[in-house]
Amino acid sequence: MAAIPERLVAVHSESRTYTGIWSWLATVDHKRIGIMYILAGLFFMAFGGAEALIIRLQLWAPNSHVVSAETFNQLFTMHGVTMIFLVAMPILIGFINAIVPLQIGARDVAFPRMNALSLWLFVLGGLFLYSSFLFGSMPDAGWFNNAPLSELAFSKGLGVDFYDIGLQISGFGTLMTGINFLVTILNMRAPGMRLLRMPLFTWSALITMLLILFAFPPITVNLILQMFDRLFGANFFVVGNGGSALLWQNLFWIFGHPEVYIVILPAFGIISEIIPVFAKKVLFGYESMAMALSVIAFLSFMVWTHHMFADGLGPVVNSLFAITSMLIAVPTGIKIFNWLATLWGGKIHFTSAMLYALSFIPLFVIGGVSGIMLAMAPADLQYNDSYFVVAHFHYVLFGGTLMGALAALYYWFPKMWGRMLNEKLGKWNFWLVFIGFNVTFFPMHISGLLGMPRRISTYAPGNGWTIWNQISTIGAFILLAGMLILLYNLIQTFLHPADAPADPWDGRALEWSLTSPAPEYNFAQTPLVRGRDAYWLEKREGDGKLQPAEPAGPIHMPSPSLAPLGIALTIVLAGYGAVLHSTIIGGLFLLLTFVQIGRALLAEDHGFHVTPHVGGEAQ
Amino acid sequence: MRWTQRGFRVTLPLLALSAAALLSGCGLGKQSTLSPAGPVASAQLGMFWESLAIMTGIFIVVAAVFLYSIIRFRARPGDNELPKQVHGNTTLEIVWTIIPIILLVFLAIPTVHYSFAFQAPATAMKVDVVGHQYWWEFDYPGSKVTTANIVHIPVNTKINFVLTSADVIHSFWVPELGGKTDLIPGRVNHLLLEASKTGTFYGQCAQLCGPGHAYMKFEVVVQTPAAYQAWVSAMQHPTVSVTTSEQKAGMALFKQDCSTCHTVGGTSFNGKVGPNLTELMTRPTIAAGTLTNTPANLAKWLHNPPGVKPGALMPNLNLSQTQIQSLVAFLETLK
Amino acid sequence: MSTQTHVAVHAAPATELQLPKDNRVLGLWVFLAGECAFFASLIGTYLGLHTATLHGPTGQQIFDLPLTTIATLILLSSSLTVVLGVQAMQRRDARGMQIWLWITALLGLFFLEFQGYEFYTFYNSGLTLHTSAFGSAFFTLTGFHGLHVLFGVFWILLLLFQSVKHGINEERTSKVFVMSLYWHFVDVVWVVLFTLVYLAGKVG
Repeated sequence: MAAIPERLVAVHSESRTYTGIWSWLATVDHKRIGIMYILAGLFFMAFGGAEALIIRLQLWAPNSHVVSAETFNQLFTMHGVTMIFLVAMPILIGFINAIVPLQIGARDVAFPRMNALSLWLFVLGGLFLYSSFLFGSMPDAGWFNNAPLSELAFSKGLGVDFYDIGLQISGFGTLMTGINFLVTILNMRAPGMRLLRMPLFTWSALITMLLILFAFPPITVNLILQMFDRLFGANFFVVGNGGSALLWQNLFWIFGHPEVYIVILPAFGIISEIIPVFAKKVLFGYESMAMALSVIAFLSFMVWTHHMFADGLGPVVNSLFAITSMLIAVPTGIKIFNWLATLWGGKIHFTSAMLYALSFIPLFVIGGVSGIMLAMAPADLQYNDSYFVVAHFHYVLFGGTLMGALAALYYWFPKMWGRMLNEKLGKWNFWLVFIGFNVTFFPMHISGLLGMPRRISTYAPGNGWTIWNQISTIGAFILLAGMLILLYNLIQTFLHPADAPADPWDGRALEWSLTSPAPEYNFAQTPLVRGRDAYWLEKREGDGKLQPAEPAGPIHMPSPSLAPLGIALTIVLAGYGAVLHSTIIGGLFLLLTFVQIGRALLAEDHGFHVTPHVGGEAQ
Repeated sequence: MRWTQRGFRVTLPLLALSAAALLSGCGLGKQSTLSPAGPVASAQLGMFWESLAIMTGIFIVVAAVFLYSIIRFRARPGDNELPKQVHGNTTLEIVWTIIPIILLVFLAIPTVHYSFAFQAPATAMKVDVVGHQYWWEFDYPGSKVTTANIVHIPVNTKINFVLTSADVIHSFWVPELGGKTDLIPGRVNHLLLEASKTGTFYGQCAQLCGPGHAYMKFEVVVQTPAAYQAWVSAMQHPTVSVTTSEQKAGMALFKQDCSTCHTVGGTSFNGKVGPNLTELMTRPTIAAGTLTNTPANLAKWLHNPPGVKPGALMPNLNLSQTQIQSLVAFLETLK
Repeated sequence: MSTQTHVAVHAAPATELQLPKDNRVLGLWVFLAGECAFFASLIGTYLGLHTATLHGPTGQQIFDLPLTTIATLILLSSSLTVVLGVQAMQRRDARGMQIWLWITALLGLFFLEFQGYEFYTFYNSGLTLHTSAFGSAFFTLTGFHGLHVLFGVFWILLLLFQSVKHGINEERTSKVFVMSLYWHFVDVVWVVLFTLVYLAGKVG
């Protein structure tokens, strides 16, 4: 792991200092928190990927018995939960953490300790979820955990309890991230950084956080209701006692559809950053890009029953939601066309980051157009819950989100770790992932049209499904090879000294004005922002340096603290109490949690001051 | 296979070729949405082709502009001059906002039309379907016929499948006849289907319902009205003729071990927990499409049901070989 | 921006302690937006399930409007007292602030007392979390509101404790102000619950 180099001349500190691993556990620095989000996301990706490979092996041949049906259900459930909640979101939130404060010229986020708490709730919540393995029963009712299958009467193991409580824990963390970054982006922009001067990645973060703010409470309520059903005998989803099976689906998808945009909007932002840099051209249609993000976010709350077209909600509901779902294609189309217009007439440099960003366009278009086909409610009755849907959302979530995240990794790696990833390995990595991805997921469109339902643990021969499944499985192993090259590239790069230049790509936003990696205090002097693409502007029209908005002087920094980790730890331990039906363990750790929260409410952190090096900033 | 060539030629020409070859070589299988056998499935396939054509058109336009851009506008070595910076173009942006809206109208019209058109009329013949972990119960209201995992319907007749569930959510899907609708406990859904040719069509549960999800299949037998009526009256007047001592022993054992759960028409056995076994031997498969209906497979099933179908609620009764033989002998008389 | 409008409402002469324009205030407003989504989900659940009373009692049978009205008035008056507390704080009147905050906390406790009594009588008339989906939804919705009140009472007590021990300063002022916003929110939620659950439930 890259250490942030010591660049502080004087430290006037009343607070405790931490060294080594403790300095990471107690950090409140958004850059370190971002790094840990991404590393933890990659860690969980190994699990989610391994689960996917076992699924593909099981489906290689008809009537196969690589794993049992029970295990198979756990595998695809955990694969989905992991990739959505423990990989896609954390990696994107990691980049938002690491980059957004730099892009708006801030020294930190609004609530640095709460930021650390968000991280630890995600990390420990994810480990909590996976610890269900040690209790003999992983969640197995699918990633959307439909009731009543997930109710006690039909899922007696502890797996669903781990799902309900684990996702509540990591969800609290996400919600706090939402609050934190909304306040950060609205309140902490450098002078001159008006909303319509913000880089598109920051715009996408702002809109994503709004989605989080309104989407996570409904899922939290849903999880609480089911926890009450399972632990305390409530009847929310117990149909025989007046509960409703559709209540779960409504609350889940009111969250679930915005969630899809929570993991795709930041990728839109990433693509909008990278394409102008490597096409050497200003982003085409900046205002309409920001507007499109907002419209997509707004519409995303009005389309949730398109996940429920087969629920028999009637022609009026289905027609209305079909039309709102189709409407999302309009702002999304605007984004695609604006990216194409940015490329048009540019001078395109094919770096690894750019290759990933470029591949996003056709892959996301395929996922998008199949999405419009799915929005046609009466036709969707044929696609719904078939492999056609599986193909669709992998084109969106892998072809979109993950390709975007990998683009961001190659692009911002020097800014986060002070090293450049190897470009040659990067291209091998890209082409294997790109080919492997298409070979894996394109055939699923066809197996779906041939009538293969999703989530079946095996299938009989004679339906024409076998060959398509075998192609998918081969593709999955090509993907594995691609990801192993990424792993090798990461390891090899970490073994190199940190020697990345401040601005290796001729970047446009403020983060490239800082050293790689950025100093602890980000900006020695808060910059004065004089226009869009603020750093590019100074390089092309100024003297290449940012104008300071304040005199040089000591910089106030928040103190590191172990309190966030402590709170997260006691919350998780209280979660074990709930899962194990132990009032004593649950009550004790809940009490300890509230004691710590009380202390946090009273805490008055005076922080410490650092005096930056002269020349601590990039030239 | 025109669509495969249209759809994929830009990104994956090789895959498209092999797709066409494989689809024509291996055929479409017996659960394909691409070989409709009724008006509902045909309308849905029509929507598929229409939307696929429009979407392929959009994809080709995007891909063409994309490929042209990245080839034509790649950076040449040594050329460090900055390209012309274009911030936007209002006319263009309005154009690519309007065009998608127009295309969407073409998709929205059939969407709304068929959402309403697929509602079952009051005159349609009703078949009640109850989903169970992991089998299907079919009741013909008014005719006192109940069967499991196989449903007979007359050809060219609108059928209103009235769907509900006894436990978790299942989904009723016969791709060749039309799209799926969920069976939701505490709720009654309606699904209009119609078959325009006789034959057997294959269905399968499409909503995760537990470990046995993959093993919850059924068959739809579409018959001429005369053949259908003959089947109904046979089901209404089942005859069970138990003659050999082995069959009698099997019947006695059935009464003791099986009759609390299973109904057999023509006998006094009327359990309601498991599938109705009336005229069992007329069904081509057992265990919700998991095994073909042969004496050997019946024995295999009786030996250990959860071993054949994961999560099956019928327990392993630990029957001896002799007991299994006699039960199979009895079951073979149900025709 | 919402902070500024809010500060403007409380605009005070320059000699008074200025209300903070810091991240905490905006943060709390954002948090309350999320809380709206939280309660909206719970209320939606209640409205979806409140007719599913099965063989258990219905709301019409057991809601005690006079009692709940008194509880409502108590909680609403605590919104007034917390405002008086914040005003005293702006006048740098630490003692006045403390007295009003004490009263606010006490009113909150009274409200909880009423709710506890109500839950107890409902339990005795046969309505529990297990009785019906209505029971589950009722206790969960009003219970979560009660937990919000309880959390608010502890929050007030903590801030009281701190101000008694260390006096008030800029940062603590901001904390009291943020707490008062939270307290108003919890009261407003109760008005919604009183209308949708009790009044509408009694009418039937």
